[in-house]
Amino acid sequence: MSKVNRNLIIAIALLAIAPFVLYPVFLAKVLCFALFALAFNLLLGYAGILSFGHAAFLGTGGYITGWAMLNTGMSTELAILLGTAAGAALGAIYGKLAIKREGIYFAMITLALAQLTFFLYLQAPFTGGENGMQGIPRGELFGFIDLTNNLTMYYVVALIFLFGYAVVSRAIHSPFGQVLKAIRENEPRAISLGYDVNKYKWVAFVISAALSALAGSTKTIVFQLASLTDVHWHMSGEVILMTLVGGVGTLMGPIVGASLIVTMQNYLSTGEMGNYIHIIMGFVFVICVLSFRNGIVGQWNKFKAKNF
Amino acid sequence: MQANSSDFILQTTDLVKEFKGFTAVSDVNLNVQRGHIHALIGPNGAGKTTVFNLLTKFLQPTRGKIAFNGKDITRMQPAEIARLGIIRSFQISAVFPHLTVLENVRVALQRKENHSMHFWRSDKILNSLNDRAHELLESVGLGEFANTVTTDLAYGRKRALEIATTLALDPELMLLDEPTQGMGHEDVGRTADLIRKVSKNRTILMVEHNLQVVSKLADRITVLQRGAILTEGDYDTVSQDPQVREAYMGTEAPQEASA
Repeated sequence: MSKVNRNLIIAIALLAIAPFVLYPVFLAKVLCFALFALAFNLLLGYAGILSFGHAAFLGTGGYITGWAMLNTGMSTELAILLGTAAGAALGAIYGKLAIKREGIYFAMITLALAQLTFFLYLQAPFTGGENGMQGIPRGELFGFIDLTNNLTMYYVVALIFLFGYAVVSRAIHSPFGQVLKAIRENEPRAISLGYDVNKYKWVAFVISAALSALAGSTKTIVFQLASLTDVHWHMSGEVILMTLVGGVGTLMGPIVGASLIVTMQNYLSTGEMGNYIHIIMGFVFVICVLSFRNGIVGQWNKFKAKNF
Repeated sequence: MQANSSDFILQTTDLVKEFKGFTAVSDVNLNVQRGHIHALIGPNGAGKTTVFNLLTKFLQPTRGKIAFNGKDITRMQPAEIARLGIIRSFQISAVFPHLTVLENVRVALQRKENHSMHFWRSDKILNSLNDRAHELLESVGLGEFANTVTTDLAYGRKRALEIATTLALDPELMLLDEPTQGMGHEDVGRTADLIRKVSKNRTILMVEHNLQVVSKLADRITVLQRGAILTEGDYDTVSQDPQVREAYMGTEAPQEASA
């Protein structure tokens, strides 16, 4: 317990100092994707189900929050809340439809539903189609904290991220999380013990969708932009990549993975290597799958268990 | 011995399962008496596992009826009948490999609490189940392994853990799918003793290949062949039956046919 507390204090301290070393907007981006990957990992790592359509929730959060900021004049926290709620609602419906199937069929249904969402946003008049939704104001938090300052914005994102982390961490270490792990480990056995496994999976799916939408909403406020990139299936693939590279089924893994991938994208896309970014990422993925399947954090944990 | 229908905990009426024209189970009328250890035997492909999966609702019957304590359970979901008190085991040891031995049992104990959906509460409340979990582990001889990660257990111990997990739900009816399958000689004996021990105050229906185990444990035996019931009775009756001898390896006595 004291060790957990110590780690938490170190993490908060790092989050607090980071913007004085690195560019705050870049850090905010990393945290948004880390939250997205955390949410995704709740499903893949702890319930053992692979969604290939999580971009739909990230994108929905972004578009709904963007729309609210542009059209309703509500304060920022309410717009983010609205985006999150929209993602949760969409997750509730998509979850109901997809969870009846298992494994690859589940992944295919989530992909199909996410593609449907993509084309809906492409055609819908309020999204700006190919151009995206631009010039979204950051607004004021609670009506008095001005978010135009990047440092302030960063700290708000850091708080949202910590909230998301707390939700996932608690869900994993709860009675519910214990059943979820049992389902991941041996679903027929969990059924034979009397658990309605689909109900548990659905709740996990909705939590995951809501947090993904929270990440999308926050990202939209940071960048003042919501675009089709966030609902494209590439994004669903990217979050899988982040989670696997970092370490599936660990709490830190998705955070490490997201940091690494976002950093690579940011620094490589501006330089000479920009054209090769997908090749490089593919290469990283192949290396990860071939030589350290537990991801960076998983491998580290193994190493630690062996040597200390 | 006369038995009226309320003595039967599980009854099937003309149970049929067809797979695309192939009849795997045909008109099976099975009556399992309360308090018995009832064995379901038969040569390979006789439909034992299919019957077992029908009873546990992992398969839906094409026709026929299944009743548990007189209640029709034919169209129920597997998790529903588990909550009624029918708990099954699996052919391959059904444990949660990356949870500890204690956690395995606790997951079962947890089901009767009403906080399993509470994702906002700390799992520390599960510690209140630890005493009961330790008791159950002691009863199957796994007390010292409580904190071992299950995947590190020997095979025979995994099966013992499975029984402890099943017992955690205090089932009225236990359905065991080949409980000694893949075990060495020593483990077979230990598991058979364990089954006898846990059979007090409950009914057990088991599919079993090992006829020595069956002869030692079963009060009543149903022999299946090609999806239909060949004969039924206690071990002596069944083992003397010429049809059964015929079904198992020509005319040899079934004792030798323990493959």
